[in-house]
Amino acid sequence: MRNSTRLLKLIALFAASLMLAAAGQAGELSRGAILAASCEGCHGTGGRSPGAIPAIAGKSAEYLQETLESFRSGERPSTVMGRHVTGYSEDEIRQIAEYFSKQK
Amino acid sequence: MSKTTRRSFVLSLGALGTATSVLGWPGIGHAKAGGRVVVIGGGFGGATCAGYLRRLSSDIDVTLVERDSTFMTCPFSNAVLGGLYDMDFITHGYDSLRDAHGVKVVHDSAVDVDADAKKVRLAGGPSLDYDRLVVSPGIDLRWGAIEGYDEAASATMPHAWKAGEQTTLLRRQLEAMPDGGVVIIAAPPNPFRCPPGPYERASLIAHYLKKHKPRSKILIYDAKPKFSKQPLFEQGWAALYPGMIEWISESEGGAIDAVDVGAMTVNPTFGDPHKGDVINVIPPQKAGTIAEVAGLTDDNGWCPVDQRTFESKMQKDIHVIGDASIATPMPKSGFAASSQGKVCATAIMASLSGQEMPDPSYVNTCYSLVGPEYGISVAAVYRLGDQGIAAVPGAGGVSPKDADAEFRVAESRYAVGWYQSITSDIWG
Repeated sequence: MRNSTRLLKLIALFAASLMLAAAGQAGELSRGAILAASCEGCHGTGGRSPGAIPAIAGKSAEYLQETLESFRSGERPSTVMGRHVTGYSEDEIRQIAEYFSKQK
Repeated sequence: MSKTTRRSFVLSLGALGTATSVLGWPGIGHAKAGGRVVVIGGGFGGATCAGYLRRLSSDIDVTLVERDSTFMTCPFSNAVLGGLYDMDFITHGYDSLRDAHGVKVVHDSAVDVDADAKKVRLAGGPSLDYDRLVVSPGIDLRWGAIEGYDEAASATMPHAWKAGEQTTLLRRQLEAMPDGGVVIIAAPPNPFRCPPGPYERASLIAHYLKKHKPRSKILIYDAKPKFSKQPLFEQGWAALYPGMIEWISESEGGAIDAVDVGAMTVNPTFGDPHKGDVINVIPPQKAGTIAEVAGLTDDNGWCPVDQRTFESKMQKDIHVIGDASIATPMPKSGFAASSQGKVCATAIMASLSGQEMPDPSYVNTCYSLVGPEYGISVAAVYRLGDQGIAAVPGAGGVSPKDADAEFRVAESRYAVGWYQSITSDIWG
């Protein structure tokens, strides 16, 4: 009984991964993506800002993470970023940085 | 690793059917990972949700029901009133949602919802079937809550709280007003759409009047004892428009009980009727009518939801986002509605595809222009706590009071950039 449940779970996971692989245009259903969605309202879809707010798409994850951390510490002055970045943990900032580093 | 629920497992088997068909294996079933989602309302909440659902999965069939062929945003409509931008700047279409994202856009009005049969009835076309319904109707105005202020009265005393013809009407009235005239703004009680909106409006009308009709005055009659970003607005008014804007709080009798369209007067709680040359009445509000018709509202006229998924607490498989929903402590702002649209899209995608929904994250950022070169902002980051949505302590807040002119200029530029980003994220 127990083993069969385990097997079914494995099948389900396999199915889910196949589905994601098969859906060519599917976006990410991940914590990183949902966190990054919070940034996209101001920084534009995928971080491709069309206006005065800095574009962040495709910047290196290291650069983005360092910049966000320096906003948090106040080392780098900001208007609003210091108020946002304090709402996210170090690990969440890492996930956000990784997400935008992969955008073009 | 997230645990697989019975429900998600069953749905995943459905997904297996899809995946195997796609890969050309012998089909063992034709269940779709997708499903049909109908979204009512093409504003900040609905248009975001529709677009993001399609970004998350091209298998989901998304139909957006929107009455109008274009959408005019309330954000930056105050800048139109102040003469900074024209209506084109705040007008957005649905071509991109349809052509780039594959959203089926139906320009029609949803007139009823059958939650049992899972159907949306339209005014013009055939009914739409759904697996999940997203209702994002924004607000409706409580006609008659202020005695004498009904829809007909808004042709004389515009509310301009839904952008469009009302915005144009109020702008024309300001242009026609003689120098030395009195503009009255009646600000509503909480909760209402765009908490800083009436005060940004006073600011940008003052900007226009200072340039063209400098002897004029603006009186804000308020049903509240305090308002959003108040110290920052008052500081900005003193700096840019000294003596021009007067705020009458609720304790000073600022609540307006009645208006007289013929006499062009407002009746505050205390004191005599006051005459204005231009009167902008922003009346008390409630969730858009379709929410009420669909049985989604509570006794106060707003929609209780599970704040993780935005599924209605009143009707199964119907989600309510944006101004109509009770998402406290998130404000009723376009930006918050868009953030909710993304969380809701994620929740629906997870449910339809049998995946675990990642923990949600919500955000609000609202800029207000006190003048063209003077911006202020409020921000908040939200998480789901035991009691629902909660602001992350230590984050967010308003612009510093002691900021210099350079800071205000920067925020005025970011305000425009913010607008360009969010509107292109939604309709671009």
